[in-house]
Amino acid sequence: MKKRYKLTDLDCANCAAKMEAAIKKIDGVNDATVSFMAQKMTVDADDARFDDIMKEVVAVCKKVEPDCVINL
Amino acid sequence: MNNLTRKQRKMLYRILAAAVLLIIVKLLPLLFPVPWWMAVVLFLVPYLVIGWDVLWKAVRNIPNGQVFDENFLMALATVGAFATGEYAEAVFVMLFYQTGELFQDYAVGKSRQSIAALMDIRPDVANLENEDGSLEEVDPEDVEVGSIVVVRPGERVPLDGEVVEGASALDTAALTGESVPRDVGPGDPVISGCVNQSGLLRVRVTKPCEESTVSKILDLVENAGEKKAASENFITRFARYYTPCVVIAATALFLIPTIALALVPAASQPAFLAGTSWTGWLHRALIFLVISCPCALVISVPLSFFGGIGGASKCGILVKGSNYLETLARTETVVFDKTGTLTQGSFTVTALHPAEGVTEDALLEAAALAESWSSHPISVSLRKAWGRDIDPSRVTEVEEIAGHGVTAKVDGKAVSAGNSRLMEKEGVRWEACELPGTIVHVTVEGRYAGHILISDLPKPEAKTLAEGLKAAGVKKTVMLTGDTEAAAKAVARDLGIDEYHAQLLPADKVERVESLLAKKSPGAALAFVGDGINDAPVLTRADIGIAMGALGSDAAIEAADIVLMDDNPAKIVTAMRVSRKTLRIVKQNIWFALGVKGAVLLLGAFGVATMWEAVFADVGVAFIAILNAMRCLRVDKFKK
Repeated sequence: MKKRYKLTDLDCANCAAKMEAAIKKIDGVNDATVSFMAQKMTVDADDARFDDIMKEVVAVCKKVEPDCVINL
Repeated sequence: MNNLTRKQRKMLYRILAAAVLLIIVKLLPLLFPVPWWMAVVLFLVPYLVIGWDVLWKAVRNIPNGQVFDENFLMALATVGAFATGEYAEAVFVMLFYQTGELFQDYAVGKSRQSIAALMDIRPDVANLENEDGSLEEVDPEDVEVGSIVVVRPGERVPLDGEVVEGASALDTAALTGESVPRDVGPGDPVISGCVNQSGLLRVRVTKPCEESTVSKILDLVENAGEKKAASENFITRFARYYTPCVVIAATALFLIPTIALALVPAASQPAFLAGTSWTGWLHRALIFLVISCPCALVISVPLSFFGGIGGASKCGILVKGSNYLETLARTETVVFDKTGTLTQGSFTVTALHPAEGVTEDALLEAAALAESWSSHPISVSLRKAWGRDIDPSRVTEVEEIAGHGVTAKVDGKAVSAGNSRLMEKEGVRWEACELPGTIVHVTVEGRYAGHILISDLPKPEAKTLAEGLKAAGVKKTVMLTGDTEAAAKAVARDLGIDEYHAQLLPADKVERVESLLAKKSPGAALAFVGDGINDAPVLTRADIGIAMGALGSDAAIEAADIVLMDDNPAKIVTAMRVSRKTLRIVKQNIWFALGVKGAVLLLGAFGVATMWEAVFADVGVAFIAILNAMRCLRVDKFKK
């Protein structure tokens, strides 16, 4: 399943790259992109555990860039 | 000032306040002597005004293990500068850093806005006509297929549909970049996003909102960021290693000389150590930290691509991702489909060759009348060429002979119009035509009256296409067609296409493209241009698939990597030029940023550069790279 989310207050391009790298490492995530320019995130992950995976995604993003909010 | 967000304005005030405070503190010693402890306190005021949030974020991120975060690096560098007694420098570096961040934020917002302005094509309301004829303003999403909406002059067409009543000119500029309006009348399809210029239209909706052209285009452009270009990935990967490496180098630059200074007796110290102190080395290390921030690099590349994609959409060219822009820039071979891409895809009478004693007009009249009952494209083109109203009572006893032509009585005289097979069948001697195209032979009362040449004319915009592509760096142009050898040869010669392959079935086209793919030089790309309807397999097989005339065709939008909204082939040249410009700017930015940072790192290591140069290498470079990247949005000279 592939889902797109809007991001608020994603302020730095490097953080976006770091978030993307961190999300890709999460178990069950097939692919992820964080677009700094579009302020959007796309997550492609296992259907069955999607909600759990998203919780992890939010957690790793908080670590990288605490100001950035994912609009779930 | 008005176009700054609240957050940005607050930052601007902080920057101004800190700058004023810094100047005051700097000038104070001229009025009265300031002891060192008082100087620290005084300089701390502007420092905290401008940098408190950076310090706070740095501290907050340490438990998360984000030590190479730019807040942390900046905090460390400036606190270090304070520790070594460079108070003014510390404040200045922080001030400059924040100014850079603010500018970056502003620039990114600005370029996002200009894309958003382009995206202003989404209509907010639809005037739904109720059964009793009253109008109601509703959200386009709530309009069902089959219902009638009214579009007044000046309004945007809210949903794709078909005109039921009314005639008007539609401005498609927002979708195609083309300024010539389209005339529509009852029965014509209209596309959402166009602006109704003159008359009132009643439109029957044919597609729900989420499937309408506007939604498709918006979706496509908004998600273009998902497909990243190789240079974009390169720079983020580079940044991942760059920052830690520079930080490690900074640590080494401080520790090694300091330890050496402590252990080696002053007399036997090597030249580079002699006369230096550990604070000097610390200062050099801090310079490294300032330069180690990766954001200037990381921001400029995606910003350039974003600008390039935005600029292209201004011209009516939709690019589905940065990677396609990159591939297009290194395209060496362009393969075209003929019919509908290079040619108009409709038949036109191009020559009349009457037999002796017959006028051109009489020949055309006989053919047009004989074929007046047929809806075949050839018959349509004959009637169009003749151009006069046809009195149906003049034509009787019409008989269509499949694969041959038509026989009929026109004004009581027997007329047959058709191909050479029809002539053979009737036993009439006919003349061959040396020109390529479809030939309609005509006989009147059993006598040969001459023939009419009908061909699919090249689009006028295609004439300069091959030349334009060569100028944009394309090495070879190829045309593929299912048409006859003679027709293909004529078009290829006319348009200056290097190579053509005729009489191909759709499957053959894929094969041809594959063999061309095998022949191209390494690193180069092959683009295929088609109308996106019959050539989806070829579009996907090519390195880059370009669909033309996509306005209103979902299949084309789906299958292609780059979508030309109108069917003007000259847009391919525009797309190439936009892509090359974007790539040039990306390369400039990468080399400029790396070059300046590298140079300042070297100078810093030898103690030549100060923190002032370092902060320029970081913020100044970002500033210039962003300005450069914004140039990608400017495409006016390509639009013409």
